[in-house]
Amino acid sequence: MLITLAQAVVNGLLIGGIYALVSIGVTLIFGVVKVVNFAQGEFVMLGMYVSFFLATRLGMDPIVSLVVSVPVLFVLGMLLQHYLIRRVLGLGDMPQIFLTFALSLLMMNVALMAFSANYRTIQTAYSNLALHFGGLYVPVPKLIAFAVAMGLSALLWVFLKTTDLGKAMRAAAQNYDVAMLMGINPDRVFAVAVGIAIALAGAAGSLLMAFYPAYPMVGQVFVLMAFVAVVLGTLGNVTGALIAGLMMGVAESLGIQFVGADSGMIVVFVMFLVTLMIRPNGLFGGWAR
Amino acid sequence: MLKLSSVTASYGAVPAVSEVSIDVGEGEAVGLLGANGAGKSTVLRAISGLVKVTGGSIDFFGTELTRLPAHRVTALGIAHVPEGRQVFPELTVKENLEIGAYIPSARADRARTLELVFSIFPVLAERRDQLAGTMSGGEQQMLAVGRGLMLKPRLLMLDEPSLGLAPVMADATFEKVQEIHAMGTAILLVEQNVSRALSLVDRAYVVESGRVILQGSSAELANNRQVQTAYLGL
Ligand SMILES: Nc1ncnc2c1ncn2[C@@H]1O[C@H](COP(=O)(O)OP(=O)(O)OP(=O)(O)O)[C@@H](O)[C@H]1O
Ligand SMILES: [Mg+2]
Repeated sequence: MLITLAQAVVNGLLIGGIYALVSIGVTLIFGVVKVVNFAQGEFVMLGMYVSFFLATRLGMDPIVSLVVSVPVLFVLGMLLQHYLIRRVLGLGDMPQIFLTFALSLLMMNVALMAFSANYRTIQTAYSNLALHFGGLYVPVPKLIAFAVAMGLSALLWVFLKTTDLGKAMRAAAQNYDVAMLMGINPDRVFAVAVGIAIALAGAAGSLLMAFYPAYPMVGQVFVLMAFVAVVLGTLGNVTGALIAGLMMGVAESLGIQFVGADSGMIVVFVMFLVTLMIRPNGLFGGWAR
Repeated sequence: MLKLSSVTASYGAVPAVSEVSIDVGEGEAVGLLGANGAGKSTVLRAISGLVKVTGGSIDFFGTELTRLPAHRVTALGIAHVPEGRQVFPELTVKENLEIGAYIPSARADRARTLELVFSIFPVLAERRDQLAGTMSGGEQQMLAVGRGLMLKPRLLMLDEPSLGLAPVMADATFEKVQEIHAMGTAILLVEQNVSRALSLVDRAYVVESGRVILQGSSAELANNRQVQTAYLGL
């Protein structure tokens, strides 16, 4: 019993690292630019296909292919901010929602046309390897993905806390007008924030590719988790999104283990509703706000 | 140094300030006085690019400011300490000050300017690792002014620095502003507290309903009947 519980927690944390990466991206865009990006999951999907094609065409390991997917998606994110999101800022909520929602639909359908609906997987030398710690079973691809996800989150934290651009980003999230009075160029800070957020989604995709199938709608699974985590972790709070992302993974896994194989999401949403009844602003105070 | 010529600025259709002409010379302390809603803050926001200027011109050392975005105005050396302090609540005191020196020219001297600001406001040095949002109103006002100084501004614009402060704290803030002015920084001071402001500035403009209705030296304004009845309660 205890070992089953521990195993469920480990499984949850491992996938929770991916949820955390996607959630951090959503909360970063929301906190800084004040836009909800419904297309965040589709950038995970894009990261997966980038790694899938690099693996099948060039034989590149999916984890290694982060060095391609992260910069490519960073640039895509900057372009997304510059050419699309920037144009709907200040026009109210509806144009922003339509924009990112439409982008999500567009990306899914283009992927469907270009890549077909087939599930794509790749095999690596370590695909079937697993570590055993006193009865616990830890698959190597998931462990690597988790470690890299935590490493990237730590890097982001260091960036936000110690660099001038990172501090400018937090300042702009807290007070846009006054940030400009400090000489901060909002266009630049916003583009970098969205670039980082989309790069994290791409990283999540590449990491997932080591153990999860790619298909055009795959982003929907992750974006749903991310939205719950972002609210639980307090909107705009990066550390909150990280912790909540991990918690979602654990909640889902416990649900699967103890309620039923298709009940993971039920447990997640029950946890979500109960938390919101007790703490409507999420579990954490504003951090980036 | 700074010269506004017939500046008109509006939020919606109705202008908030009309045909305002004021100037500030190098090293001068100039006041902008008037009641609630007169348009004082809007004049500062027009200078720093936070509100759209629909008419007139603003010249700062030969550069036209009316078409510049706010961050470029700051880069020219104009620090705007906004009404209601508006420190970044979830950044520490030290981070707030660092952000004040964000533009490259100020960043190069940041460590030295930080020491200067700490010497003017010792309380900020003591509280350097505290989150700005958890400080008292008076401390936040000191921080807002200190953050403005981090720019090493050629012009420091202060919007009602005594607002909401107890008289002792307001006096302390004014003493600090006096000290900063004595170091050679030009100051454009917005105030509702006319007697306090006139004791600090060399000259002042009185704004009413978005227009400058009076101007003169501090002594002239202090002796003006209209100012005495409307603002000094004499
Ligand atoms: N964001 C805004 N949107 C619309 N109208 C505004 C806005 N800010 C100010 N106004 C209007 O512009 C006019 C001038 O306002 P302003 O804030 O410049 O006055 P003020 O002299 O600074 O007043 P106070 O002493 O109360 O700060 C007022 O009529 C005000 O209602
Ligand atoms: Mg005002």
